[in-house]
Amino acid sequence: MAIFIDESSRVIVQGMTGKEGRKHTQRMIMSGTRVVGGVTPGRGGESVLFEEDPVPVFNTVADAMAATGANVSVVFVPPKFAKAAVLEAIEAGIGLVVVITEGIPVHDSVEFAAAAKASGRTRLIGPNCPGLISPGRSNVGIIPAHISGAGRIGLVSKSGTLTYQMMFELRDHGFSTAVGIGGDPVVGTKHIDVLQAFEDDPGTDVIVMIGEIGGDAEERAAEYIAEHISKPVVGYVAGFTAPPGKTMGHAGAIITGSAGTAQAKKEALEAAGVKVGETPSQTAQLVRDTIADMRRAD
Amino acid sequence: MDLLEYQARDLFERFGVPVLPGRIASSVDEALEAYESVGGGTVVVKAQVRVGGRGKAGCVKLAKSAAEVAEVAGGILGLDIHGHIVDTVMLSPAAAIAEEFYFSILLDRAANGYLAMCSLEGGMDIEQLAEERPEALAQVSVGDGIDAAKAKEILTEAGFPEADHERIGLVLEKLWTAFKESDATLVEVNPLVRTESGYILALDGKVTLDANAEFRHSGWAKYHETSGSVDLERQAKELDLNYVKLDGNVGVIGNGAGLVMSTLDVVAAAGLELPGHPKPANFLDIGGGASATVMANGLRIIMSDPQVESIFVNVFGGITACNEVADGIVRALDILGDEAKLPIVVRLDGNSVEVGKAILAEANHPLITVKSTMDEAARTAAKLASEGN
Repeated sequence: MAIFIDESSRVIVQGMTGKEGRKHTQRMIMSGTRVVGGVTPGRGGESVLFEEDPVPVFNTVADAMAATGANVSVVFVPPKFAKAAVLEAIEAGIGLVVVITEGIPVHDSVEFAAAAKASGRTRLIGPNCPGLISPGRSNVGIIPAHISGAGRIGLVSKSGTLTYQMMFELRDHGFSTAVGIGGDPVVGTKHIDVLQAFEDDPGTDVIVMIGEIGGDAEERAAEYIAEHISKPVVGYVAGFTAPPGKTMGHAGAIITGSAGTAQAKKEALEAAGVKVGETPSQTAQLVRDTIADMRRAD
Repeated sequence: MDLLEYQARDLFERFGVPVLPGRIASSVDEALEAYESVGGGTVVVKAQVRVGGRGKAGCVKLAKSAAEVAEVAGGILGLDIHGHIVDTVMLSPAAAIAEEFYFSILLDRAANGYLAMCSLEGGMDIEQLAEERPEALAQVSVGDGIDAAKAKEILTEAGFPEADHERIGLVLEKLWTAFKESDATLVEVNPLVRTESGYILALDGKVTLDANAEFRHSGWAKYHETSGSVDLERQAKELDLNYVKLDGNVGVIGNGAGLVMSTLDVVAAAGLELPGHPKPANFLDIGGGASATVMANGLRIIMSDPQVESIFVNVFGGITACNEVADGIVRALDILGDEAKLPIVVRLDGNSVEVGKAILAEANHPLITVKSTMDEAARTAAKLASEGN
């Protein structure tokens, strides 16, 4: 089992004809994802060859859904056009839209996140995220498929490379799904949403949550874990050495005033019974220990 | 992007928010001209820097004559406030203040929306107010913007008497327009004042703009920080590198913001156990590509930081293959030649790591040490810095 995406995911790529879109579509197809179409306004009727297989291009998301039965869209459209592309996918009623694009104005993100929420049927992941992977089933976004195979660990993270690092450290166990929710201040799916999905997923035994400085999403997640999550959660927080007022790469990774520090997040998680590792490899070891404990208990 | 006070004032004025006249000056002569152009009388001279606590630092002063303006401006210009040298002051007529309020609009990350904050008690440090007397600070979520009804809701929540709602509400509506139209993530007015003659004025403003939105705003180039930012950060920005200067001696290069933040922590933790407690010298994210040119630019910036004693290159090959990264490091050292003097500890993992390590082994460069885990590499780099290499 897995969350959000699996073998039944039929994926369209908005911006497939662009350089990034084409490159990553190739990689998604290679890792077994069912990419059923691309969307580029004005290019409908064309097709793009991946290896030997042509993938059809449509003018609109609605056209693509009607013709292919697509239920997931992944967006590689440049920042300037991203809002329109995401709103279009939401209006077409797609079930999941994953926005990889980095550098989208936050007022645009607020607008399309609100539209997704109001639609009651579209889940938004991102923007500025690496996407998600259910190894061996489906891979939507830019997470390299070769890092780890399938298993029973669920992972949620704001950061792409830390996701890769953690998957690599735990490749001996494997993952049900790894979700990169993105490092922007406004993202459609938050830690809490993913935690609940893993809680409900019979294919996930243990959850790894990777956070970083900025905002209070980790603190909120800690509260949520204490009340609603029965599966073991292991945490990691990056940014203990980050000084206040300096943005650390991700637009959302900034300590403002007394809020958003790594220490506060770590303490909140520990208070909720989450084991928090000091380094990625120590965190991976905590996950291994947790799995060993669970096996002994069985 | 944080605006300076005078830039915030100009922006408010453009959206019809009532502000006092303000003139900037970068020398005593300019200050005297500015004094004349605001009509003389009693003026406030304020340092234009992006740090708080200007009042306490002696950077906001009254002047009642040309002679006093010359003295005050001369004293403030060139001052060092927490590492920021004052190169500009703003002169404004002094206002006769009857009451001070607080108002701000900011991004509400948790709610994926916007939040208005408002208080009858302005002028003071708002974080202190929020902590000590949270009931005095109204927080109202702003969905589709601030119209007359929303403004009334905010002012009622903050305890403003009904007689004030219309007049102050109009200012709040204009501040919302300024926030929305300018792609701001923060618009703060502290204080928003009522003068003795009953006018409402935005007396001091703080505005943060969303750098991602620059493509749809012409003229934001003037907001790019040129003064005040650290020299190395400016150079790095010109090279399109994501670099933040920190106060330590272990240079750090990595790929991906999360991994680099994590690397800083691991280095700092390793340093705690060593003499002199070596610390990370910088944040530098070279992103996914990690070409030889980018690597060379990154190494050059770090090596020109005189505090740095050792460098830790920490790359996880996700999409990028480690052989390309290894190749990039070797070629970067070729490009740098004799410029490269500091020991470099490299840790590679992920895609094609064996080939990458083989390339580094073959190059057998005297400056490069390869370690197989992040923790081990951090310890080695910290140790080299601790020994002053």
